[in-house]
Amino acid sequence: MTPDSTLLSLRGVSKSFGKIEALRGVDLDIRSGEIVALVGDNGAGKSTLIKIITGVHRPTTGEIFFKGRRITIHSVRRSRELGIETVYQERALADQQSLWRNIFAGREIAGVLGFMDLKQQRRETERLLREHMGFTSAAIDVDSEVMTLSGGEKQGIAIARALHFDAELIILDEPTMGLSLKETERVLDFVRAITRQGKSAIFIDHNIFHVYDVADRFAILDRGRLVAQFDKSALSRDALIQKMVQLHDQGTLQ
Amino acid sequence: MTAQTQPGVGAQRRTLVAPALGRRLRQNRILISITGILLALYAIFLIGNPDVFTRFPIYRAFMSTMPFFGIMALSATLVVTLGEIDLSFPSVLGISSYVFGTVFVASGSFALAFVACLAVGAIAGLGNGLLVAKIGIPSIVATIGTMFLWRGLVNVLAEGKGIALVSLRDSAFHGLFVGRLFGEIPAQFLWFVGLAVLFGLIFRRHRFGSHVLYVGDNQDSARMMGINVDRVKIACFVQLGVCAALAGVFLTCEVTYFWSSQGGGFLLTTLAAVFIGGTSVFGGKGTMYGTLIGVLIIGSLEAGIVAIGLTGFYVQFIYGLMIILSVSVYALVLRKGS
Repeated sequence: MTPDSTLLSLRGVSKSFGKIEALRGVDLDIRSGEIVALVGDNGAGKSTLIKIITGVHRPTTGEIFFKGRRITIHSVRRSRELGIETVYQERALADQQSLWRNIFAGREIAGVLGFMDLKQQRRETERLLREHMGFTSAAIDVDSEVMTLSGGEKQGIAIARALHFDAELIILDEPTMGLSLKETERVLDFVRAITRQGKSAIFIDHNIFHVYDVADRFAILDRGRLVAQFDKSALSRDALIQKMVQLHDQGTLQ
Repeated sequence: MTAQTQPGVGAQRRTLVAPALGRRLRQNRILISITGILLALYAIFLIGNPDVFTRFPIYRAFMSTMPFFGIMALSATLVVTLGEIDLSFPSVLGISSYVFGTVFVASGSFALAFVACLAVGAIAGLGNGLLVAKIGIPSIVATIGTMFLWRGLVNVLAEGKGIALVSLRDSAFHGLFVGRLFGEIPAQFLWFVGLAVLFGLIFRRHRFGSHVLYVGDNQDSARMMGINVDRVKIACFVQLGVCAALAGVFLTCEVTYFWSSQGGGFLLTTLAAVFIGGTSVFGGKGTMYGTLIGVLIIGSLEAGIVAIGLTGFYVQFIYGLMIILSVSVYALVLRKGS
């Protein structure tokens, strides 16, 4: 990897809420086309880190670089403009609405008077479903309501929505939570589709097995610090689990 | 696939024989139900009193009176779809009609009175919107407050007296709003139909309508998707305020009189039309077509009941019956579908 392929860099990012230090001096790089798994126990600072990247929180100290330029992300809208999309758990879809309304929510294709181009929105949704996400079921079409989908399919729609708007970095926050084994496999397939399109992703999941399957690299957080990073090639799944256990038991990787 | 899963797969395939048609029927099952209810109701009317219901005058009467609450029902559909409610629009109709009458008497200008009236409606709607979206008061509570506030203000200002407005008839606008096309068709009905089409387009095809549906369905998600939730809510209340004022103009022009309890009877009939039309009180689901049919049902019940030989005492009883019947049908149809 050449240095200029770095998409997002965090340098010395800290965040305190009053006296509580949620993050302490985190340095993290996300390169183009890779999936980085953020692992760590509850309270390690994973979600705070995500919220800083998506503009929900601002870092107390530290700098953020996106494509080599220093930036400040002061709002969710701003992070989306930069090309950072977050796929929350399935609650981020509106259940009673059609797939196309969900895909284009907040970013409708519309003319000068604000009337939407329904045909184009439907066509684009159809294309996303069939070509990018590999939906083949005839029971699902662009007018289906989200509530008729399975949990895994819902995640697929949420990911498709992020991909459609040319996100360069997609943040996946526990995308397999509460899903069956088979459904989880589908979601992991959707995640793999992200790198196939040359996009990057940050993947958070409690399940180390899921994480290990799809991630290229692991960043381990512990009590607000980034304690270690490994490439997948340098670490077997068992070794990763061992490290997590060691961190949990001894509070250190040394 | 194991042999055990085969029957399920087969069943799935069978329903896919005509998937597009089946799906379309399923997606529109509420609209189909409500259309059936309207047709059944009119079948009863026609059988019960063919003399009245095969002649034009009763329909002319319907066309003249339905638009007053029908316009507000279309408009209220947006607020209900948001998952909110507005109880204050009859009072807003009252205060804006008072302003309409007073400004017209003082200035003699229909146009000026009209603009002032709609402005009052917009301000009242803005008040509701700010209370709900910015201060965070549940809309049912906030609009109980503004319901009393605006009606109270009408009472204070009008002191119980009405305003005679016969001179409205001299204005060209009067004919435009409530004249009779070809001497038969009330102009307000044409306005109502036009507004129904406009609201239908806004709801289904405009970005704003899509945002209303989305916010009503899942407010948190709407925020994450960058939809300005507060602005959508405020806009919905403002347009209902404006539509209540507009309904006030039609009503005041039709009767050429302002009285201080004006609009008071419209609260429950308007909301009944919205709910009969299949709009969900939980938000995220509703159609203008449904509301239009709801208006046709509610608007023709009273005269229909009397025409088929029942006394006027039955009217409320049958309103109640219709509401319970229709919402029960929707609940059952939806449960079966999912």
